[in-house]
Amino acid sequence: MNAEFLGYQRANGRVGVRNVVAILSAMDNTNPSAERIASMVTGTTVLSTPFGRGQIGADFEITLKTLSGIAAHPNVAAVLVLSLSLASGRDLAERIRATGKPVEVLGLQESGSAMAMTMEGVRIAARLVLAASELQRVACPIEQLTVAVECGGSDTTSGLASNPAVGRFADRLVDAGGTIILSEPAEFMGAEHILAERAVHPEDGQRIYDMVRWFEDEATRNGVDMRGTNPTPDNIEGGLTTLEEKSLGAIAKGGTRPIVEVIDYSDPPTKAGLVIMNTPSAACESMTGLAAGGAQIIIFSTGRGNAIGAPIAPTVKVTGNPNTARLMAENIDVDVSGILSSGLALDDAGEQVWQRIVKVASGALTSCEVLQEQQLSVSRFGPSV
Amino acid sequence: MKKLVILSDKDNVATSLVELAVADEVAVPLAGETHTVRINDVIPFGHKFAIRALVKGDEVLKYGEVIGRASQAITPGDWVHTHNVESVRARGDIT
Repeated sequence: MNAEFLGYQRANGRVGVRNVVAILSAMDNTNPSAERIASMVTGTTVLSTPFGRGQIGADFEITLKTLSGIAAHPNVAAVLVLSLSLASGRDLAERIRATGKPVEVLGLQESGSAMAMTMEGVRIAARLVLAASELQRVACPIEQLTVAVECGGSDTTSGLASNPAVGRFADRLVDAGGTIILSEPAEFMGAEHILAERAVHPEDGQRIYDMVRWFEDEATRNGVDMRGTNPTPDNIEGGLTTLEEKSLGAIAKGGTRPIVEVIDYSDPPTKAGLVIMNTPSAACESMTGLAAGGAQIIIFSTGRGNAIGAPIAPTVKVTGNPNTARLMAENIDVDVSGILSSGLALDDAGEQVWQRIVKVASGALTSCEVLQEQQLSVSRFGPSV
Repeated sequence: MKKLVILSDKDNVATSLVELAVADEVAVPLAGETHTVRINDVIPFGHKFAIRALVKGDEVLKYGEVIGRASQAITPGDWVHTHNVESVRARGDIT
């Protein structure tokens, strides 16, 4: 029998591993109101961007897609949208309503003032949280999980221990009918041939090459050597010499199964199995896209140590570095450093990751959630006007 | 306790799982035989040292794959890092 976890069933058939009420600020100027409301109402999470005004074209569409994608996320029970005017909030609200969850909208100008919107928002948010709390967790098949795999603060232990351990988990979830999202194609550079060969559809194999070439050409267009930016100074201190070396270690966290689909930033996968999402390599931007695509959980493999996680999608930290496991103990959820220090088998390390993910999916909190190590960073793809 | 990791028979570098000092002697399995490599530099935890001789321009192999090329001659036991290996990808500075 396949494993199960305890999740929240949503109207659109998806399953949440959390049951939060999102306070979604559509633009920079309503962010303070969103923060005030969330500070006054338990069980709420702010979703915001420091931009949102003067954005045009594809850049604006990606911001809207990302913010609405995270609000539409199965871990979100209900949403309160805040915007400068009702008109500008309605577009986001409509996108989220397609999921069937309760969505309320407030406009600062219609409310009369930021304080008036805050007071109105507190009452609405409190009502949404009370209603959401009526929902009970029920047993759900593990195949309902979409787990994104991410790495940050990488060093040589990432490629030798934590990423291969996460890769074991990834293979097991895919074999059980679930979905894994691997991202950050700039960090496929030097290893893209290995992934491209595993694409089920040849055009997806070509897209993998194309995505990597776009990032590589970006170095040429800017006349720079990408070294020092990627690998980063902390990567280099951790023993990683080149981006190729980092990439060969990074792809291990996606496991070894065929790649069924290649998707754009913040898009939801349409197939079960191993999926690749095109995201920037900056961890917070990448995790924001992964959460917007609907990953219920993110596994964050780290070597030298990186504490940050995503809001909405609980982020599970895994390290294979014995020093990081000791020095950053409060930020680490799964310590697989025994692979390098005491002969822990990779399969056993993969089992440790599996057990932790099933528990987190059923409600156990992650270090990132408890310590509020959460940052949303919606990528920009063009200037504001 | 394991002191080093070699991921493929093709590799010309090993990853050290301890900090190694100059003149340390390390047993390295190479092509089915165990060789002794004398360490020429301090090798920090997780960093690489050469297990084969390389001349300038040679491909540096880890995981059995190319991770860069030697920017100078490298002898077995040398620390292998950014001072003697360069990336061959994303080099907008030289194209």
